[in-house]
Amino acid sequence: MASTILKAENFNAFFGKNQVLKNINMEIQNNNVVAVMGPSGCGKTTFVRCVNRMHELTPDATASGKIYFDGDDVYKMNLIVLRRKIGMVFQRPNPFPTMSIYQNVVAGYSLNGIKLDKIKRDEIVESALTKVSLWDEVKDSLHKKGTFLSGGQQQRLCIARAISMNPEILLLDEPTSALDPISTAKVEELIYELKKNYTILIVTHNMQQAARISDKTAFFYLGELLEYNDTKEIFTNPKHEKTQNYITGRFG
Amino acid sequence: MDKNIKYRNFKNLFFKGIVIVFTSVCTLPLLLVLYRIFKEGISAINWSFLVNLPKPVGETGGGIANALVGSAIIVLVASIIAIPFGVCIGVYLSEYRKSKFAYWVLLSVDVLQGIPSIVIGIIIYLWVVKTMGGFSAFSGSLALTLLMLPSIIKSTEETLKLIPDSLKEASLSLGVPYYRTILKVILPSGITGILSGTILSVSRVAGETAPLLFTAFGNPFMNTNLMKPISSMPAVIFNYAISPYEDWHKLAWGAAFILISVILILNIITKIAQRRWRVQF
Repeated sequence: MASTILKAENFNAFFGKNQVLKNINMEIQNNNVVAVMGPSGCGKTTFVRCVNRMHELTPDATASGKIYFDGDDVYKMNLIVLRRKIGMVFQRPNPFPTMSIYQNVVAGYSLNGIKLDKIKRDEIVESALTKVSLWDEVKDSLHKKGTFLSGGQQQRLCIARAISMNPEILLLDEPTSALDPISTAKVEELIYELKKNYTILIVTHNMQQAARISDKTAFFYLGELLEYNDTKEIFTNPKHEKTQNYITGRFG
Repeated sequence: MDKNIKYRNFKNLFFKGIVIVFTSVCTLPLLLVLYRIFKEGISAINWSFLVNLPKPVGETGGGIANALVGSAIIVLVASIIAIPFGVCIGVYLSEYRKSKFAYWVLLSVDVLQGIPSIVIGIIIYLWVVKTMGGFSAFSGSLALTLLMLPSIIKSTEETLKLIPDSLKEASLSLGVPYYRTILKVILPSGITGILSGTILSVSRVAGETAPLLFTAFGNPFMNTNLMKPISSMPAVIFNYAISPYEDWHKLAWGAAFILISVILILNIITKIAQRRWRVQF
């Protein structure tokens, strides 16, 4: 059932006086993987960070216009509720260094002060780690620190941490840019699996990656959304000259 | 060419030598001081030295129980006040790095760090001792608090500054409220740095004499009342050392030995804690 889960309407974002997103209009259907693509500094990360309102953490950062999540204006929603429903994974793996692998997975619960009994906790840890296909690799060392894992494992741990909260949308901000090709392949496989249950917004610099894993692709250029269409369409028949230049590697 | 390389090798060796010589020259007096205190102090120490009160001139024996208890109380109370304040201020400074207020706070912390401890003692004397109508353990603690604050604040601020923003973002993106993010993610990640700064400041003020002269004053008897004058280790060392009596000098050595041992133990604990709780990002 395709229905709109996320919708941006005349959305603008600024850092101080510098406008980084210009009049973005975009609709995202649920259970889609949407790749957000574009040259550096085009505002793609900013766009993703506006969806769960991480953008406003930066001093001087402001935004105008609307983003609707399930029909609710995110700028009027309770911040904590919003962020629990929209999970995020960052460019660099950032497991909590003071916590074990196990504690990292349930960090969303423990840090929020949500009490779980041990059986439920174990269940969440196992299912989240299984979903990110990390369970077999770490099941004997669950109580080691998360930071002892390799970069790729850490990133999958971070994805497990995000999905353990059962979000509806998963925002991935260049999740594989700090990983080697093998870890990247694993994360991509994972995204393919996760698509069954989540809507995924993934920022990527890697065009092959966008082509491989996404249903739709949004092409940002200098803060504008130049083109947004089915990935196949974008890659085979781009409407915009800039898009074509970008995907054929003529700039960016 | 060959000669040139030889010359450069010589320069390398020369530099290495200078570094080693200077380090030795600096360490040697330190070791000599420790050796002297150890040698003189160890003979003064026995059980009765630790549990008895000082005796009047002429009588042999006597101990420093009141000074031990006094120092413990003064430093404990000072820590109870300084640690929460210092950590909170450090958190503020690292969280609002760019604000004007933080700039001024940081500047005053730096200045506070440079104020001689005797001046702090006099100020507390004017503000607290005079208004409360007498010397007290509490006023001594306040003086030490002011001396502890800068190093706690600075070590907290500097530790937290090194914690990557990505950790905070990870926590916030899970819907964790800001205050819990600070308390449960940021502070635990910086605990080793904060702890070592704190213990360092404790061991520094444990040996402070000057600020206690006008505040805690000293007391030849056992006192545990915060509102009364109280004895302290450095004050006892000072009083015994400037006295003309041989066996009082011995007591001063003993007290100095104990004070230094406590400081050494605190530093070792810090090192162990740092190793055990080291956080890797």
